[in-house]
Amino acid sequence: MLANLSIHFPVLQVVVPLMAAPACLLLRQRGLAWGFAVLAMLVAFAISVALLYQVIAGGAISYALGGWEAPWGIEYRVDLLNAPLLMLVSGISAIALLAARTSIENEIPADRHTMFYIAWLLCTAGLLGILSTGDAFNVFVFLEISSLSAYTLIALGKDRRALWASYQYLIAGTIGATFILIGIGLMYVMTGTLNMADLAQRLPEVSSSRTVFTAFAFFMVGVCLKLALFPLHLWLPNAYAFAPSVVTAFLAATATKVAVYVLLRFVFSVFGYEFSFSHLPLQEILLVLGLLGIFAASIVAIYQTNLKRLLAYSSVAQIGYLILGISFANETGVMATLLHMLNHGLMKGALFLSLAAVVYRLGIAQLDQMHGLASRMPWTMAAFLIGGLSLIGVPLTVGFVSKWYLVSAALENGWWPVAALILIGSLLSVIYIWKIIEVAYFKPVSATTPDVQEAPLGLLLPMWMLVLANLYFGINTELTVGVSQLAAASLFGGAP
Amino acid sequence: MWATELPPFVPFFIAAVLALLTRGNVRNAIMLIAPVLGGLHLLTVPEGAHLQLAFLGYELVPYRVDKLSLIFGFAFHIAAFIAILYALHVRDTVQQLAGLLYAGSALGAVFAGDLLTLFVFWELLALTSVFLVWARRTTRSYYAGLRYLIIQVLSGVVLLVGILFHASATGSLDFAQIGTGSVAGWLILFAFGVKCAFPFLHNWLTDAYPEATPTGTVFLSAFTTKVAVYCLARAYPGTELLVYVGATMACFPIFFAVIENDLRRVLAYSLINQVGFMVVGIGIGTALSINGAVSHAFNDIIFKGLLFMSMGAVLHMTGRINGSDLGGLYKTMPRTTIFCIIGAASISAFPLFSGFVSKSMVMSAAIEEGYDWIWLMLLFASAGVFHHAGIKIPYFAFFAHDSGIRVSDPPLNMQLAMFIAAVLCVTIGVYPSVLYGLLPYDTGYSPYDATHVLAQTQLLFFSALAFVWLNLRGMYPPELRSTNLDVEWVYRRLCPTLLRGVFARMGSIGALNSAFVDRIALLSPVLARQLGPQGFLASTHPVGSMVKWVTILLAVYLILSFV
Repeated sequence: MLANLSIHFPVLQVVVPLMAAPACLLLRQRGLAWGFAVLAMLVAFAISVALLYQVIAGGAISYALGGWEAPWGIEYRVDLLNAPLLMLVSGISAIALLAARTSIENEIPADRHTMFYIAWLLCTAGLLGILSTGDAFNVFVFLEISSLSAYTLIALGKDRRALWASYQYLIAGTIGATFILIGIGLMYVMTGTLNMADLAQRLPEVSSSRTVFTAFAFFMVGVCLKLALFPLHLWLPNAYAFAPSVVTAFLAATATKVAVYVLLRFVFSVFGYEFSFSHLPLQEILLVLGLLGIFAASIVAIYQTNLKRLLAYSSVAQIGYLILGISFANETGVMATLLHMLNHGLMKGALFLSLAAVVYRLGIAQLDQMHGLASRMPWTMAAFLIGGLSLIGVPLTVGFVSKWYLVSAALENGWWPVAALILIGSLLSVIYIWKIIEVAYFKPVSATTPDVQEAPLGLLLPMWMLVLANLYFGINTELTVGVSQLAAASLFGGAP
Repeated sequence: MWATELPPFVPFFIAAVLALLTRGNVRNAIMLIAPVLGGLHLLTVPEGAHLQLAFLGYELVPYRVDKLSLIFGFAFHIAAFIAILYALHVRDTVQQLAGLLYAGSALGAVFAGDLLTLFVFWELLALTSVFLVWARRTTRSYYAGLRYLIIQVLSGVVLLVGILFHASATGSLDFAQIGTGSVAGWLILFAFGVKCAFPFLHNWLTDAYPEATPTGTVFLSAFTTKVAVYCLARAYPGTELLVYVGATMACFPIFFAVIENDLRRVLAYSLINQVGFMVVGIGIGTALSINGAVSHAFNDIIFKGLLFMSMGAVLHMTGRINGSDLGGLYKTMPRTTIFCIIGAASISAFPLFSGFVSKSMVMSAAIEEGYDWIWLMLLFASAGVFHHAGIKIPYFAFFAHDSGIRVSDPPLNMQLAMFIAAVLCVTIGVYPSVLYGLLPYDTGYSPYDATHVLAQTQLLFFSALAFVWLNLRGMYPPELRSTNLDVEWVYRRLCPTLLRGVFARMGSIGALNSAFVDRIALLSPVLARQLGPQGFLASTHPVGSMVKWVTILLAVYLILSFV
């Protein structure tokens, strides 16, 4: 039974959360809906783990939807590049959803909880769909599913500005999606196909045409907007700052990573390394924007007093590192990017969940209310501390592993100044993390510190799962490094 | 005693965890037992790599034992035991845990067989030791600790960069001879140099050590610089530059030590001075000089610890540490006075005290290798150290003008700790073969030949004469300078070098207090306007500006792909 079912895993990965969403609507009662949603996400997570091991053992899996063979039908394709990300997205979604029940108690009116879980499942399904599909148009469709549900989730934030932030994100996201659609449309015009593998074969024949250049330009800008590359990041800080806390944890850990995946997939697999890096100075553009992003966003983060906003800017900086890895255009660089996608998901997940706990107790994560908070909420702040160390890149955490490979990749190209800049960038993150640690640990409890208790277990458990993952994958790097290495090698080895 | 694969830092870390869970006498027992068991166990450990594992495609050796690491291992165990005993009366969990973890990190660093493990313990040394400074719980100590931490962490970052370069060039993380033949070598040397308090990189030491708690400074004086000495001996033996750097280190602190009023800061300067001798020994690079450097490190850990302990006892009992506030304490603190004098005699290298048997090796090696000028500088430094550490410390604290303070000797545990250190100082001085048996090389050296004993005694005699004369004529500086700040001011005027400026700037960036934003705003108003919460980059933008950027980027892509 399971063996028969396992053939359908690539599509079940998406279908399980997608179908669970309307089922939640039928359940109505919010506790039930939560339980069911968690169950669905755990199933999705189990499927993603099974898929990853299938891919590691037997190579890429191609699944023809409805039995229609590609290129006529829609193909689902799970390979080394997206399998670990499927696991990340479903895993983070499941863990954040575990925390959601407690966290949203204080942030969202009870009558909207069921809707919240539905939007959550849809968003997850969209993200998983983007990852697993092998069809360019399908990418757009799932992008819209995930984005529309993300706008809903953000708009549920308790602060009234959430609505406005969500609206901003809606406009920006729609522009991005439209650009992506224009790019895909132009590709379709030139090649007559939407299947990615097919596109990869046919694009080289027409690669010198201006239409393809234009397609590439539109597509790139659209994706860069979705992944919040500096200076197209303007929607992100508000969206993260005003969204419900668990939503921030979920989106920060997954949504931008999925957009980076789309970038990697199209730059390396569909357009191909030759085309992408030769017809325009993509390397230089990404390098400059990546570095600018790291420094501008880190420095802005240093000045923030709202912690969610601070970490949002830190996310923009971290996206700079991801882009930097791609700009090296060598195998180690792409591998570092892949690795950092996974690792950054883990650290930001842990950090934002600990902020969710702070918000749960304090109502807001504002620096001037956190004096001596570590004595009141020791477990929460310890989680934040470890997450912060990981963000800085201290050994024995995942952050160190990704920084190591990123710097190695820079050195491989002989770009010493870039390597130095990466490390200086890390020092900036030391400053903004220290600022928080100092207030929470070294300042005496003051009159502005509300009298609060440690966060409930419902938040602490999911938070510490991610914290421990930060430590575990920082010490035992076999799985993450191994898979990233193989995936990067496959991107440079040829067609998907 | 237990499995050989268990690295020496583990008992300390376990003891720290157990100490966290226990109170009172149980905790004291645990803290005292950890270094004893660890040290006894170390006697049974054979040489070789005892632990290996793979990480990121490199082979890591977190636990490697050879003669060089063993002697530092023994010294650190002894120092840890003495310091823990000395601090036994302290009822402060933070200090006690920090002390254990700090000692454990130092052991981890000297038994690290690869650079990555070294880096981890390098940063742990900084992170754990800073709490010994902060534990004083004054504003001054907080900022001094912060500056200390920032400089130490930066040295770690430079070390990491060097390691990355080194690994990508050689493909190996093995911690062995590195040399200055590459950029990586220079970067790593710089990182070691910061921890070793090379001239102009030494500020953290004289800044933070005197601000630590009375017991904390005893820990601090033993480990950080000695780990750096060990690393230099491992990676840069025979690097000629180190001879000159070391000679400078031996000489320049003397001037500051003589005019300094805070007696623990005097000791901090003399710490740099003693490390200078070791660095010279490593730079010369012969078997004799390396032996000298290593054995001097061993002795310095004990006699410098003893001196810091005696001054800590004075601070603990009187609450004062400025030379001008003290004096006449010998009447009521006789035992502390004797311990202090033994420490002073050892650091001054009196024959029959421990400093003599190790310092003479470095001096002999310098002469043998033809470094005549260096030898003279070291001779001057020897005279100087006798002057400020050998005479000034005991004289101003325990004799000089009677300050009228009448306090008794410190608690029994402090006295016991000082007693053990004093016994060690004399034992090693009288039976140097105890120490020589542990050294990395067998050179058959004997310190007690007629010329050396005579030369050293003459030197000490004339140095003492100079002090007496200056003092009688009323020309000895501390009588002129009454406050600490005054000296600081002179000191800052004397070497306003670029590097110091950089460190001062870093210090102010590092001093992230609640007025952090204001501070930066003062530093760079323009930057703050652009980046602050209301600044250009951080403000929320209307949708239009997002669209503007999208358009610009699209245009850039299109133009670049068409041209």
